[in-house]
Amino acid sequence: MSTTASAPRTPRTPRATGASGGRRTSASPGPTRHHNALRRRNTALGWSFIAPNFIGFALITMVPIILLFYMAFTDWNALTTPNWTGLANFERLMRNTTFRAAVAQTFYYAIPHIILTGILALALAILLNQKLKGVAFFRAAAFFPYITSIVAIAIVWNLLFSPTYGPINEILHFFGVANPPKWTVSSTWAMPAIIIVGTWREMGYYMILFLAGLQTIPRELYEAAKVDGANAWQRFVHITVPGLRPTTFFVTVMLAIQSFKVFDLIQVMTDGGPGTSTYVISYFIYQKTLGYYSTGEFGYASAASLVLFFICLTVTVLQFIVNQQADLVKPWWSSLPMIVGLVFFALAVWGFCVGHALIIGWGWYLVLFVLCFVAVGVHTSILRRRQS
Amino acid sequence: MMGKGLHRVGKAVLYVFLVAFAVFLLVPFFWMIMSSLKKNIDVFTIPIRWIPQVFQWHNYVDIWTQAAMGTWLQNTLILSVVVTLLQLLTGSFAAYGFARVRFPGRDALFLAYVATIAVPWQAYMIPQFILMTKIHLTGKGLWPMIVLQAFGAFGVFLMKQFFETIPEELSESARLDGLSEYGIWLRIMLPLSGPALASLALLTFVTTWNDYMGPLIYLRNRAYFTIQIGLKTFQADPQGSSLNALLFAGSVLSILPIAIIFLLGQRFFIEGIATSGMKG
Repeated sequence: MSTTASAPRTPRTPRATGASGGRRTSASPGPTRHHNALRRRNTALGWSFIAPNFIGFALITMVPIILLFYMAFTDWNALTTPNWTGLANFERLMRNTTFRAAVAQTFYYAIPHIILTGILALALAILLNQKLKGVAFFRAAAFFPYITSIVAIAIVWNLLFSPTYGPINEILHFFGVANPPKWTVSSTWAMPAIIIVGTWREMGYYMILFLAGLQTIPRELYEAAKVDGANAWQRFVHITVPGLRPTTFFVTVMLAIQSFKVFDLIQVMTDGGPGTSTYVISYFIYQKTLGYYSTGEFGYASAASLVLFFICLTVTVLQFIVNQQADLVKPWWSSLPMIVGLVFFALAVWGFCVGHALIIGWGWYLVLFVLCFVAVGVHTSILRRRQS
Repeated sequence: MMGKGLHRVGKAVLYVFLVAFAVFLLVPFFWMIMSSLKKNIDVFTIPIRWIPQVFQWHNYVDIWTQAAMGTWLQNTLILSVVVTLLQLLTGSFAAYGFARVRFPGRDALFLAYVATIAVPWQAYMIPQFILMTKIHLTGKGLWPMIVLQAFGAFGVFLMKQFFETIPEELSESARLDGLSEYGIWLRIMLPLSGPALASLALLTFVTTWNDYMGPLIYLRNRAYFTIQIGLKTFQADPQGSSLNALLFAGSVLSILPIAIIFLLGQRFFIEGIATSGMKG
């Protein structure tokens, strides 16, 4: 993360900071008794500041994340003592058709939602970055859904989507749609309805992130490009896109995580239904443990949690590699392994969800995908070392 | 001349587009308010009526007697205020340690903080629930929720970013005047961090107010229901589900405080979110 530009200080004797990596290393004479005492005092001081937050943070976040990796390999059901069962939970998950469907539905929600929200947020940010009358109002309007409670949102959208009494279908009727979709009560249309609400709710948040990014791009760049005769599209591609890269990285990572973990919107709008048409991974985890029909299989649900964790981790690492590659000079073929890797990933997910093998099983595609990305990662780091 | 005319047309098109978009964004709220002023039986009608015939203002009185609005709002308010105060206090305190004290392992620890922001809560909510049960925090009124919300990494991150923009010279001269590090945090850093503290306070307050999943898992006793979980049970309850208009009145009441806070402190929301995105 960002290392501070302002050099960190110790109280009273700033010289001692050098040894731990500050700028004054050359001045420090090496470890001395005096120095060690200072270091100890600093450590105590630092921890005294961090401790009140850290104790809570470790308890509610760090320890549970570590525990997750243990529980996923046990048969814990909250009543008996946990037994180590190795990969048994995962084998069971792979055979479970509900889980397969949940993975499919998670991707079915996440991919359209990421694309729609990302594009709309960027478009809105670009529009609202202009000097227009009423910009403040439009920005506020776009952001407001994001801070509205999910329960109120579900109540009103379920009514708006109501097949017979809802204004949405009334409007569709008005435009001559004879058989408008039944939205949240139909298993084909429930997920699209949730995607619409998710996009409506979240795009304002990402718009703000993009707006902040746009404001870091100097206006002079655009003016200079205009003088050179660049049209709007060229200015977008050559100034806006590279200028927004750090923001885009952050937005896509957060948006992807937020989409793959989707839960509360589904819980309040359709409760996983109708049937299991909006059953996602998070919902599976919840239902197995804390939900109404809980089976108390904490170990089993932890294995599903670990799958979710790895999906989010994969997406983050992918984004990271792409971001690292972005400003490197690279040969034309260097994006090939990435594209091939993504194809393998898509085949693995698809194969897993439908339960059919396409020439080889989904597990092999996953292995191929990982290999491709190890290659991309290694290649990127070699390029970086060479070019820095 | 032509260019200017074209420019004007372009601007008009842009405005039409923006207005259409604003309608899409705001219609649900309009519908919510209008439905809250209808008779219960008029919420679902054919043909659809956008504006009620007679405004039923008494819905906003009835909801307090028909549902435990008072209890829900009180719980939510207590929870949000306590969590916000704790988050501000522990977050800014820890941020000072990360931003201004150098000790071995500091950067690794900070990395651990930031990395957890990228781990979805849904992935570790089960071990977390077990841990909370093991230390006997579940079922103790609002306490599990306070513990759950108050020690987030986000506050530490946001405050650290801000502290690093405050010139070190100020602390240095305070140090020469004999102020301790705790004194510098209290007398120098906090007073200069008004906007960042406001951003963090508003974002934390709103997140806690709106939280649905946490209360769903941890607050199983009706006496401790928050407004979100209260409204949801009211909706699922056979008696409540016939009181459609009241349900909408409750929804409006649940977002009214947030709307007021948002209108008053919009700048801080936006700055807080923008800062969080700047880490790149």
